[in-house]
Amino acid sequence: MIMEITIVRTLLSILGITLVVGLNAVFVVWLERKVAGHMQYRLGPTEVGPAGLLQTVADGLKLVSKQIIFPRSADTPIFILAPIICLVPVFVALLPVPFSENIQAHELDVGLLLVIALGLLNTLGILLAGWGCDNKYALLGASRAVAQILAYKIPLLLCILPIILLSGTFSLREIVVAQDHSLWFALYQPVAFLIYLVAITMETNRSPFDFAEAESELVAGFHTEYSGMMFSLFFLAEYTYMFVAAAIASVLFLGGWLGPFFPGPVWMLLKIYFFLFLMMWFRWTFPRVRVDQMLSFGWKILLPISLLNFLLTAGVMAAL
Amino acid sequence: MNRSYAKDIATGLASLLTGMKVTMTTMLTKGHTVEWPREAAQVPLMFRGHIQLVANKDNGFAKCIACGACARACPSNCIEVKGAKPEGAKKKSPTFFMLDFTTCSLCGLCVESCPVVAITFSRDYALAGFELQPFAGMDLLKDVASPFVEERNDI
Repeated sequence: MIMEITIVRTLLSILGITLVVGLNAVFVVWLERKVAGHMQYRLGPTEVGPAGLLQTVADGLKLVSKQIIFPRSADTPIFILAPIICLVPVFVALLPVPFSENIQAHELDVGLLLVIALGLLNTLGILLAGWGCDNKYALLGASRAVAQILAYKIPLLLCILPIILLSGTFSLREIVVAQDHSLWFALYQPVAFLIYLVAITMETNRSPFDFAEAESELVAGFHTEYSGMMFSLFFLAEYTYMFVAAAIASVLFLGGWLGPFFPGPVWMLLKIYFFLFLMMWFRWTFPRVRVDQMLSFGWKILLPISLLNFLLTAGVMAAL
Repeated sequence: MNRSYAKDIATGLASLLTGMKVTMTTMLTKGHTVEWPREAAQVPLMFRGHIQLVANKDNGFAKCIACGACARACPSNCIEVKGAKPEGAKKKSPTFFMLDFTTCSLCGLCVESCPVVAITFSRDYALAGFELQPFAGMDLLKDVASPFVEERNDI
């Protein structure tokens, strides 16, 4: 009996996560183009479907029907592996994300650690993509992505630590529950919240930190040589990764599914898309910074401030 | 931590917020896009479409007196006018007014040379087609009433 429940639960989780990944990509790409359009006095997609909602589906069909071109000098196994390595971890990273008190694919007491660790695999995928296709632009983009890791990952972890101190758990579900009878952690930790926002913008390779892609400098960065469905896998991975980062942000700082009037999943999705909109807003407002500016920003500003914030929180917690 | 460090962060943050305010206000205003052909575009006041004949207000006939000044003024020879006197009229009226729009450069010399202000630029900007013929031979008389109904049929 328990065995059967486990199987059904697993199948449902797989189905749910696949649905979330697919529908999120369709919606977020549409939203991104709409937001970009309206921020530039344009309209964005309007033709396919109501208000252009099916534009992404049409684009996806186009990409599926296109030929995948393998460069002659590419390292074919790595070339094929790279988009898969980019995409698979984000599927797994959706496992511990709670959408309400009961809707969660799998409760892990180290859910937060799992998501952070899987986030690093994305960079591995980018590195493989840049290395495998034997293209100078792709390699430059990939090396930038790797150089970027340390600049954002340490501040990111140092912003998460105060939340761990406040809630006393690594489980994403427990972190939300800990915010049930107190204020949202964003109000206790505004500095960590801001730095987390900057760090996830860096982590998801979004403008103004989109060095790995940098279309005005590196053609298309690490996915220069990719075409057809393999290119769209990178796209899918990027948007799903944004979704995961936004979900973690809403769990850590905005109380996850908690909120009045609406049921839990509605609040969770509202908060996730609030963060996604924020990231789009950043992208279409700020120009890309230089690589050295990003590095000194990460090391000289984000790191000391997040460290100070963490020490202060720890001190206050110890004193209380 | 020196003073300029904190000041840099504060001014930087403020400048970011200023930028975000600009894009947000832009997003909330109406875009400049005109969804043609679903809505008509606003044509500028001095827009030059292909030329057209001006009609008399009282009878709807063309003001044109078929003098041929426009055809002579045209640097690319794209206007061809023929005229005749209708029964009992003092002035000539055009029986044939063809514009070859494929060679017209919209210079406006015909409009300026017309002694009776019978030619103006139209405001027709939706000029696209799959064939050359409708543009190579634009019959401008078909938009105005003509005193030679029978003869027009012979052309």
